Amino acid sequence: MIYTVSRLMGACAIAALSTAAAAETITIATVNNGDMIRMQGYTDDFTAKTGHDVEWVTLEENVLRQRVTTDISTKGGSFDITTIGMYEAPIWGANGWLVPLDGLSEDYDVDDILPAMRSGLSHDGTLYAAPFYGESSMVMYRTDLMEKAGLEMPDAPTWDFIREAAAAMTDRDNEINGVCLRGKAGWGEGGAFITVTANSFGARWFDEDWNAQFDQPEWANALNFFVELMSESGPPGYATNGFNENLSLFQQGKCGMWIDATVAASFVTNPDDSTVADKVGFALAPDTGLGKRANWLWAWALAIPGGTQKEEAAKQFIEWATSKEYIELVAAKEGWANVPPGARTSLYENPNYQSVPFAKMTLDSINAADPSNPTVKPVPYVGIQFVAIPEFAGIATEVSQEFSAVYAGQQTVEEALAKAQALTNDAMEAAGYR
Amino acid sequence: MARAVTNNRKALNTAIAWSIGLIIFFPILWTILTSFKTEAQAISNPPVFLFFDWTLENYSVVQERSNYMRFLWNSVFIAGGSTVLGLIIAVPAAWSMAFVPSRRTKDILLWMLSTKMLPAVGVLYPIYLLFIKLGLLDTRIGLTIVLMLINLPIIVWMLYTYFREIPGEILEAARMDGASLKNEILYVLTPMAVPGIASTLLLNFILAWNEAFWTLNLTAAKAAPLTAFIASYSSPEGLFYAKLSAASTMAIAPILIMGWFSQKQLVRGLTFGAVK
Amino acid sequence: MATQQSRSAARLMMAPAVILLLGWMLVPLTMTLWFSFRKYLPLRGGDLGWAGFDNYTRFIGSSSFWPSVQATLVIVGGVLIITVVLGIILALLLDQPMWGQGVVRILVIAPFFVMPTVSALVWKNMFMDPVNGLFAYVWKFFGAAPVEWLSQASMQSIIMIVSWQWLPFATLILLTAVQSLDSEQLEAAEMDGASFMSRFWYLILPHLARAITIVVLIQTIFLLSIFAEIFVTTGGAFGTKTLSYLIFQRVLESQNVGLGSAGGVYAIILANIVAIFLMRIVGKNLDA
Repeated sequence: MIYTVSRLMGACAIAALSTAAAAETITIATVNNGDMIRMQGYTDDFTAKTGHDVEWVTLEENVLRQRVTTDISTKGGSFDITTIGMYEAPIWGANGWLVPLDGLSEDYDVDDILPAMRSGLSHDGTLYAAPFYGESSMVMYRTDLMEKAGLEMPDAPTWDFIREAAAAMTDRDNEINGVCLRGKAGWGEGGAFITVTANSFGARWFDEDWNAQFDQPEWANALNFFVELMSESGPPGYATNGFNENLSLFQQGKCGMWIDATVAASFVTNPDDSTVADKVGFALAPDTGLGKRANWLWAWALAIPGGTQKEEAAKQFIEWATSKEYIELVAAKEGWANVPPGARTSLYENPNYQSVPFAKMTLDSINAADPSNPTVKPVPYVGIQFVAIPEFAGIATEVSQEFSAVYAGQQTVEEALAKAQALTNDAMEAAGYR
Repeated sequence: MARAVTNNRKALNTAIAWSIGLIIFFPILWTILTSFKTEAQAISNPPVFLFFDWTLENYSVVQERSNYMRFLWNSVFIAGGSTVLGLIIAVPAAWSMAFVPSRRTKDILLWMLSTKMLPAVGVLYPIYLLFIKLGLLDTRIGLTIVLMLINLPIIVWMLYTYFREIPGEILEAARMDGASLKNEILYVLTPMAVPGIASTLLLNFILAWNEAFWTLNLTAAKAAPLTAFIASYSSPEGLFYAKLSAASTMAIAPILIMGWFSQKQLVRGLTFGAVK
Repeated sequence: MATQQSRSAARLMMAPAVILLLGWMLVPLTMTLWFSFRKYLPLRGGDLGWAGFDNYTRFIGSSSFWPSVQATLVIVGGVLIITVVLGIILALLLDQPMWGQGVVRILVIAPFFVMPTVSALVWKNMFMDPVNGLFAYVWKFFGAAPVEWLSQASMQSIIMIVSWQWLPFATLILLTAVQSLDSEQLEAAEMDGASFMSRFWYLILPHLARAITIVVLIQTIFLLSIFAEIFVTTGGAFGTKTLSYLIFQRVLESQNVGLGSAGGVYAIILANIVAIFLMRIVGKNLDA
């Protein structure tokens, strides 16, 4: 026991010393996505340049959200930098929880950030988070299977074509599913996918008076189409498949098409991980001719919670991690296909990057997304696969759980939509919108 | 209640028991095996059992990405600290309940157990706010205290059941001989209670080691134990079964080995003095 | 009998534990109660004032409330039944003479050392995954279509995972109890021609009553607040939303601390109902 106490006091003394010595150690919370893990590997480069040390807290996405939200809403100050998305940045920025990212250095060239990303991460024109990488969604398909099916993928397919092609490519005996799509519950998983699908079918979450719209025929059309498509040509158990599950299916050659985040393009074309690396083609996300495509807009971005004692060091880190130099560093070490995409205009003007097969389609997809005008009919909100209000994450997770129960065959489309309608209106009432 | 049986019967028993034992153990075995495969072999069809190219690659990838030793040390500190602290507080309480019982002893005991039924999620915000006020966020001390409080009822109860088995006459005799309360506890009670205390210590160490809600939510970088280590390997992008298996093996190996070596004490600990 | 002096000494010695636990219970409880009457929305600026009983009526009025109570009770009940029944069978089996008993015992208790998060991850990905999971291979090997465990048999799957974790605990307690059985009495009964079933029913089971009580009591305490297994496997979808998961959704996903706190109060009430029910049985059996 005495041993424990002395160890304890020793530990305290060391902690006290290290804060006294001005060497800053910043704590960064991040998600365990491939590009972030790669960034951790380059931390030494940052330390060499600035002298600051970095402590990483790497968590799975759901745990990270829960952890970071608790900390920031209670002003806990556990993290000097947190990784957040396009949904959180404007809301938290508006609440005054984030340090505005103004006064960034000239070299950083903030105007180089893709306009769509910059506006999505700003509130009232102030940037609150710097995009580490950005994405839209697009169709990734197997060129060999498409050829075998005797079809040709247009650059801008319709949902009807996707359905036809999926049916033609499906070969269940050989475990090839025509199309793999997200069905997993969670607003950022299946919730995001069904929302953009619904957008392309002319549906919307709310009308101008914040009334839920799940009782409208557009939602029923979209959901019915999705369920029929997946039961014809989807993989078994798609009700629990999210991004990672589908990625691994596609890499194993078990999907003919996959409509998902554009960042996945570099994973499916990487021969180290993917068995189909040289047989992947890309196309824009499908539509139904109503003027909106089923693609979203998202960025994983770095932000500084207000109340950190190490604002300067944190800013230095963000400038380093989201800079042009960082992109070049990764390109030099691991090739252009592996740099964080979708954040900077200059990347897409770089001839080296233009030769990457998915570069053009990624940029086209990002440009095709318009968060301030996401749906066919007018809506009172911004955001494509989400509605930029604080209540959305909770509501959409519950709604997507109802939908996932449909995918698993546990209830009908009508039942799910009725429940979604009731619970959304209830929550909006509680929040004082209606 | 060993009885003489034929060798045939014994062989049959052995076969059945071993099969069941292996089935129960299989998920752990499979995890350990998978941790030595490549990602491709981890999902190969048909599954490979033993005949694959054994590799340590996953372990080196995991170690490169996260500083395992720091997570391990935090886990040891938090689990060990909370157990020791809990024992210091619980021993006197259990002693007095066992040897000077009053009408309310059992009520107090059951009330203590009932505090364990508070749903942790429901009190996350209050506790988080308190931790910020007290400056305990992301400190090993803070977590040690919380885990001690969580497990204290179990510790008190286990010790109580052990102590109650110690015959009261011995204590009476010691008291007659003029032993002070302190000496009574130190020289008479403690030696008799050591096995029970050891079992309690073991069980609570395991419970604290495996606690995954508070350890995840009240830590960031400095005090994060192995439960946080695991949270960075669950469902990342791409194939991950082999790396997840390696991380899982690293997280459970210390406690598994410790548990196996101290099996006897633990078995006694798990009985809660329910049977003699 | 204890003297007045030793009584007060006893009280003094009990004080630290009692006071600490009282604090650990009262402080969060008071804060939870306070929040439950407030409109407390961190994302909308924090504490927005008095809410009366709004949170309480809204929480219980939600269509998820009763299903979540039911899910909680089904999981607790299911796991208890499986672990107790299998635990008794295993205990009786392990008590038989055999070779390598110690090793078998080690194999059987191993799951107890595995963190809930790890076991949920391993089961979900490496066994229950409908494409790459081991179960899917086995099913396909026998020509059957793979079961989509976590969506189509979500409740059964979770009960199975949790039972796997707690079976060692039940088995060990019951094994110790079985080992202390009076073998002469059993042999006598056997010679009198009593069938195994009647020996089990009239001799073994009554002897195990106290051990079973302990298993039920301790497991219930841990199972009522089960969280990690659901968080990792289904995320509350497919009817597996327990009361504590519902509270998690209200507090963290919807960021409605007031509503979640009201849920917390309901959870405490439910826990206490279960507790009183349990204490009745335990109180009787523990004295024996």
